[in-house]
Amino acid sequence: MKSKIVLFIIGFLVWSLLTWPLDLQHLIVGLIVSAFVAFITGDLFSQRPHHFGHITRYLWFCYYVPVFLWECLKANIDVAIRVLNPRLPINPGIVKVKTTLRSDTGLTFLANSITLTPGTFCVDIDAEKGVLYVHWIDVKTQDIDKATELIVSKFEKILKKIFE
Amino acid sequence: MSNIQQLIGYIFIILGLGFDIFGCIGLLRLPDVYNRLQATTKCVTLGTCSILFGTFIMKGLGTTGVKAILVAVFLLLTSPVAAHALARGAHKSGVKLWPKSVVDKYEQDGN
Repeated sequence: MKSKIVLFIIGFLVWSLLTWPLDLQHLIVGLIVSAFVAFITGDLFSQRPHHFGHITRYLWFCYYVPVFLWECLKANIDVAIRVLNPRLPINPGIVKVKTTLRSDTGLTFLANSITLTPGTFCVDIDAEKGVLYVHWIDVKTQDIDKATELIVSKFEKILKKIFE
Repeated sequence: MSNIQQLIGYIFIILGLGFDIFGCIGLLRLPDVYNRLQATTKCVTLGTCSILFGTFIMKGLGTTGVKAILVAVFLLLTSPVAAHALARGAHKSGVKLWPKSVVDKYEQDGN
């Protein structure tokens, strides 16, 4: 039930933003549509809806966004430098890293963060073993622990506080 | 005020176009599908988000601006997932890594 309410609120918010200059017509249609969607698919949305009530998670999320954007910008400059260099300095390979995150949302965000940060790109996740296969454009180490330290640990600490 | 708004908006749009171009150059120059996905996902995601953010700054909190921000958020969420699916699909269907690649742990683990 809680999951349905959360989905209803999020759906209504997205609807309101899509039809931005708020007026009564759109709000009524939005209420009906998001109530319908929440009623049908609400139970699939979140296994642990009580997490949406924790304020600290939102604060950590606010901290995560600038960290992520900064890494994303660095990644772009990194790619630009590699691509424009006439010698094309790449040394690619697929390495294995570990993660301690277990929730689906956490893993999705971790994989997305890895994909958008410098030089790394997530190929597959094995959620049961807690293993990610990461394509690395410039392989610095093939050791699983060192690779984890270099690629995952920065985001894992923050995401753990948000999603676990 | 509105001149400064326009100027900052244009700066973001030009930056975004620049990143998009680097992504496309990467697509042409890099050797195999995985490296190409690296370049295009990163550059095109941030480049396009930057263009959309520039639009938001120029248009303000109107119909266009809010939609642009919403599209940027969706793009940030979905574009890495699409790249992930492409890479996984490519590997499963037997696309080899570039011959000079160092290591392929994914294949060694029998996937």
